[in-house]
Amino acid sequence: MSDHDHNHHHANSRPLTDIELRVKALEQVLTEKGLVDPSAVDALIETYETKVGPHNGAQVVARAWTDPEYKKRLLKNGTEAIAELGYSGIQGEDMVVVENTAAIHNILVCTLCSCYPWPTLGLPPVWYKSAPYRSRVVSEPRAVLREFGVDLNEDMEVRVWDSTAELRYMVLPERPQGTELFSENELSALVTRDSMIGVELLTKAGIEGASE
Amino acid sequence: MNGAHDLGGMHGFGAVNPEKNEPVFHAEWEKRILGLFVPVSAVGPFCVDEFRSAIEKMGAENYLSTSYYEHWLHAFETIVVEKGVATKEELKTGKSLTGRGESTPPISAKDVPHIAAQGSSARIDKAIPPQFKVGNLVMVKNNHPQNHTRCPRYARDKLGSIEKDYGVFVFPDTAAHGQGDNPQHCYSVRFGAQELWGDSASAKDSIYIDLWDDYLILA
Repeated sequence: MSDHDHNHHHANSRPLTDIELRVKALEQVLTEKGLVDPSAVDALIETYETKVGPHNGAQVVARAWTDPEYKKRLLKNGTEAIAELGYSGIQGEDMVVVENTAAIHNILVCTLCSCYPWPTLGLPPVWYKSAPYRSRVVSEPRAVLREFGVDLNEDMEVRVWDSTAELRYMVLPERPQGTELFSENELSALVTRDSMIGVELLTKAGIEGASE
Repeated sequence: MNGAHDLGGMHGFGAVNPEKNEPVFHAEWEKRILGLFVPVSAVGPFCVDEFRSAIEKMGAENYLSTSYYEHWLHAFETIVVEKGVATKEELKTGKSLTGRGESTPPISAKDVPHIAAQGSSARIDKAIPPQFKVGNLVMVKNNHPQNHTRCPRYARDKLGSIEKDYGVFVFPDTAAHGQGDNPQHCYSVRFGAQELWGDSASAKDSIYIDLWDDYLILA
């Protein structure tokens, strides 16, 4: 993280790619002009690589499952309720939480770019940012869900949220059956990133083979 | 603009292909780009709409054949040149021709936790009257602006209902081009899946899109 000289590639002596050269040039020019401090770049990388991620959102979900008053606040004002647990900021300034129920399944997308709720879910995975997902999930959400292994009953209502503005969405997944005796910590370990995007249904078994 | 970024409803991209145990970054240079976002936003300075607009103008073929962080790199290069922060020549050589130009110190590592936790909301605290009420039936204007817009193509000319008024926000179509914030209400608008995609879609399903006053007319 503290490699300010960006000699990341000296370990293997292959020449830098075109993109690597462009990135290096950009950072170097701005640093020479006194506009960028590379240690601030390092600090941001560290924040999003190690501190901010779906484990944050999982805490929010587990709290909502165990505290009905919190859940009410969360669905009413997502930003404030999420901030109660210490999560806020870039790409989560205005949060909306949508609740999955036995009758309604929510799923998130940004068809125009790749908007995603960073403070609770971290940085988006490649598939979420890719053309297949962004093009298809609005027009054939059920087919996309089947590819993720989620086969919804025809009676279920699917709600697709296309985050075209500065609101950021997060799905509150349904609490799995058979978890009545689980503690809040045990519950948060069940919650996956994909369940908070809406492409996975949670099960109690997930605690053994939690997928990321 | 009707660009390649406006993907909703397009065909031909194949199956979604999730990577198992995907790392946060796939290369060192991706990390640097992510980390440059906050410092570069401050030196531009630029707003998120200018950033998106720069990406949208990179050309359709180029957009589709490059990755997310390459889009960011393109936007950073475009914006620092447009704002006069650096020249194309400097970005090519990696050498600043003017030396240290700025007297105020750049964002430091110790500023980062606060900046990251604070963010920058596009919400505007102004008492501007809404054009629509919850429950109103609205039609999306059939506009095809050449410049930046956050009204997706697939919603144009379609009927929806106002589900929620989120309050007053910066209007991207003007903010992206230095034409001011033009603050107005932004709503969650619900569209039946069949209204957007025809009878092959499920009558049970709906798509919720966030749209501003200027994109809508009362139906």
